[in-house]
Amino acid sequence: MRIPAGLRRAGLPYLLLLPALALELLVHLVPMVIGIVMSFKDLTRLHIGDWGTAPWEGLGNYRVTVDFDAPVGATLLHSFLVTCAFSVLSVGLCWLLGTAAALFLQEDFRGRGLLRAVFLTPYALPVYAAVITWAFMFQRDNGLVNHVLHDQLHLTDGRPFWLLGDHSFAALLVVCVWKTWPFAFLVVMAGLQSIPKELYEAAALDGAGMLRQIRRITLPSLRPLNQVLVLVLFLWSFNEFNTPYVLFGKAAPEAADLLSIHIYQSSFVTWNFGTGSAMSVLLLLFLLVVTAGYLLATSRGRKHADD
Amino acid sequence: MRILRAATITATVTALAAVASGCGGGTSPGGGSDDAPGTLTYWASNQGPNVEADKKILGPELKKFERRTGIKVRLEVVPWPELLNRILTATTSGQGPDVLNIGNTWSASLQATGALLPWDKKNFDAIGGRGRFLAPALDATGAAGKDPAAVPLYSLAYALYYNKQMFKDAGISEPPATWDELVADGKRIAKGGKWGLGAEGGQLTNNIHQAFVLGKQHGADFFDGSGKPAFTSDGAVAAVKQYIDFMAKDKIIAPGNAEYGQNQSLRDFATGRTAMVLWQAAATTFAADGMKPDEWGVAPVPVPSGTPGTGRQTNSMLAGINIAVFKNTHNLHGAREFVKFMTSDAEQRLLNKTYGSIPPVTAAQRDPAFDRQDTRVLRDTLTRSATPLPQVAEESQFETSVGTAIKDLFADAAAGHPVTTASVTARLAKAEQQMAQ
Amino acid sequence: MTSATARTAGRRRSPTAPPRSFRWARRIFLTALTGFVLLPVYVMLSSSLKPLEDVSGSFHWLPGTLTIRPYLDIWHTVPLARYFGNSLIVAGSATVCSVVIAVFAAYAVSRYRFRGKRVFTVTVLSTQMFPGILFLLPLFLIYVNIGNSTGVALYGSRGGLVLTYLTFSLPFSIWMLTGYFASVPRELDEAAYVDGCGALGALLRVVVPAALPGIVAVAVYAFMTAWGEVLFASVMTNDTTRTLSVGLQGYATQNDVYWNQVMAASLVVSVPVVAGFLLLQRYLVAGLTTGAVK
Repeated sequence: MRIPAGLRRAGLPYLLLLPALALELLVHLVPMVIGIVMSFKDLTRLHIGDWGTAPWEGLGNYRVTVDFDAPVGATLLHSFLVTCAFSVLSVGLCWLLGTAAALFLQEDFRGRGLLRAVFLTPYALPVYAAVITWAFMFQRDNGLVNHVLHDQLHLTDGRPFWLLGDHSFAALLVVCVWKTWPFAFLVVMAGLQSIPKELYEAAALDGAGMLRQIRRITLPSLRPLNQVLVLVLFLWSFNEFNTPYVLFGKAAPEAADLLSIHIYQSSFVTWNFGTGSAMSVLLLLFLLVVTAGYLLATSRGRKHADD
Repeated sequence: MRILRAATITATVTALAAVASGCGGGTSPGGGSDDAPGTLTYWASNQGPNVEADKKILGPELKKFERRTGIKVRLEVVPWPELLNRILTATTSGQGPDVLNIGNTWSASLQATGALLPWDKKNFDAIGGRGRFLAPALDATGAAGKDPAAVPLYSLAYALYYNKQMFKDAGISEPPATWDELVADGKRIAKGGKWGLGAEGGQLTNNIHQAFVLGKQHGADFFDGSGKPAFTSDGAVAAVKQYIDFMAKDKIIAPGNAEYGQNQSLRDFATGRTAMVLWQAAATTFAADGMKPDEWGVAPVPVPSGTPGTGRQTNSMLAGINIAVFKNTHNLHGAREFVKFMTSDAEQRLLNKTYGSIPPVTAAQRDPAFDRQDTRVLRDTLTRSATPLPQVAEESQFETSVGTAIKDLFADAAAGHPVTTASVTARLAKAEQQMAQ
Repeated sequence: MTSATARTAGRRRSPTAPPRSFRWARRIFLTALTGFVLLPVYVMLSSSLKPLEDVSGSFHWLPGTLTIRPYLDIWHTVPLARYFGNSLIVAGSATVCSVVIAVFAAYAVSRYRFRGKRVFTVTVLSTQMFPGILFLLPLFLIYVNIGNSTGVALYGSRGGLVLTYLTFSLPFSIWMLTGYFASVPRELDEAAYVDGCGALGALLRVVVPAALPGIVAVAVYAFMTAWGEVLFASVMTNDTTRTLSVGLQGYATQNDVYWNQVMAASLVVSVPVVAGFLLLQRYLVAGLTTGAVK
């Protein structure tokens, strides 16, 4: 029996989506729902062996998390603000570096291919080794950074601490940007390929300079791509865990206290998964709101650009 | 329409979630079974120089066990960064080993999950009785008043390592026996780029170990009788302040030590930058860093006055590895046999000698290997003056909150900010409030 | 390809050639960026050639004693070759499957209007907002339940890890590929239909080649996600199936960390990856659509 062509065509998108949907359900969505359910239970080490018996807490875990007068809530609020600042700066720098590098590497010159591979190196190196190397470089007494800044360039008076105290935010930012900007570079570089060369040639003939071409042709063409890229970079840096964990260990200094470390401490260190899940759900809600607002703002902007 | 669709999707996903998590998993309420008598799965911790070395060390012993009992042991050596997480997934899902090593500070928390087999009199008799084991080591196997959740396997304590040449150059003839002597010695050495004492200020567990012992010496316990945190008692504050003052007031610890977290203090000691360091078994590390055994000496950790002993004369926390059995094991008899084998006098002598630790089985301690310059001090400290860390379920939280408080105080001291009783109390109070969660 | 030298040789410059100032800016920027990128790599390299006691010692630009021992020891301290093989298998399979599934899904989302499209894309995006570490326990439970009921062991096996990684990289892959596909003009699809291809034919014959740079970018992303993941690999593998990212932590013990070996091993395992990048980077700029419609 042949399936009528109309039905086949209507069913095709669903069929194409099916594997992705099935996997997402199994590995992402069902665990997320379980995680959300966990947040309503008093799931500590007493009940971790048998979740069915863990008592329902209702909103208890949430109350603890948002009680900003208590030390836990206050630390969480501070951590949230630090993470916001960190994410914005990290995404901005990664995007700038990535886009600039991709633009500069558009024109062919000798060694361009090699440079492309070199720039992807931070992305290729194992996270643990790369971040530990930076930790060595940031050491106060024996590190490269202080050696250059203090001993060779004489830019600072004493030897500053980079892994403790206020400078730790800068150290964390440098390491994360170093690790993540190649990804932005990769994505933008691939996106630049789809802009037809004729547009540039026409603009050049009209007398537009380099910067003008970038502003008028490149950036608008990349807009849909950048919309997703910036959003995803923001979400990832908000949830960034590996880098601060390897750089600072379980206890990050206050200036670089990211939310993900708190969630890790609440869940994996104390085995209190109820609280950890509650923090994650609140984080999820916040990011959903931010994403919705971001998509609305950028889509509206796009409609204007089309006019 | 859209709401209906969203509702359908949510319902489907929730149903799937319920099915997925509801069926099975977790600890069975029973006490183990003997369904699979022929095999055992054993998760060993990494005690040797690397995982491969551990396999080479344990392999022949497991073969010996198989020849004696006919039970085949599937060994997996689990590196430390993963061990606790894997125990977590094993506890949650019910899929785990039969026998495993645990850090002895984890005993009380794992006991609280109910996943470990309690060692009541019957189980202890099966391995030779409680009396074979060192009493302090037995205290580090679970909460007081309950049956131990594990059996001591390897034990260690802290000692004071000192650089003989640096002491000689400063005209000091003997290692310090009291804290005042240590500070005085440190001050004499601390000049010209050399420092008196090394500390891992960024390593939370090390901070806790030192603070706990100092606390005991000040008569404070960090937890009161009912198991509630008491970090702001006079003794606790004095203890922490004393440790921080080595850097802040006495200036015998270099400021850079505040960020040490990867055993840099051992390296400083091995290269002659610091003259003293408080550590567990560091002989192999010193050798790997190029220091010869006759260049360093070992002494018991100082006490306020007098000689090390119990109570206020404690000078070390009792470190070590315990061996535990998962309650839902399918080879209960085999697991007990295996623990009996691992805690037998012969195996205890062999394994502890190889790993550089001290046997918690008293009979096995009589061996020349435990009478060398470092192991003798460790053994004596273990038997006479070591106390286990508080056996409370929130032990890891205690380590994180108070350890971080000490790390932050070291950071203050290193940056030149004043460290006063008030500032110490404030940080410890914050740590105590975090314990409530 | 005209070389840059030909352009600067004083000939009449074509209107699309970059101006002098741009080339200088490029030189300065790229040099600074290269320095920033390669500085830690240099530190890793020099650390890997030092004996252990020098590694976390005082920093010198040129190491005093050089030794090649770490590069020999790394294979014995830890079964590096086995971990490398496991990582290759896991990351390779995850990448191939992920790219294929994402290509199909992105084609559906970018080319068709259908009910549930918005829900699908938003749901898939929301998975990126949840902290990755909290997926661990529920996922482990699910795998154990599947294992208990069907006998297919997903924990402790490479298959389970492949399944996990391929799904982790799906959301971003689908989003990005949708964007890349959207920039491929519909006229190309229609030209393919006119030639007699069905929808799948149009996808494989026209859209995929046109969006090849995007597909390569997504493949690189999927591979690196699987290659570098630590947490799930640490609990879902055992000794035989362990991957590199976890295995590298095996150079650390309770008291000692063999820093020089960690650095040496990291560099050794990264060389093939960077070599792969070198081979692939040409596809990142291949296959343009211009001229295809004419």
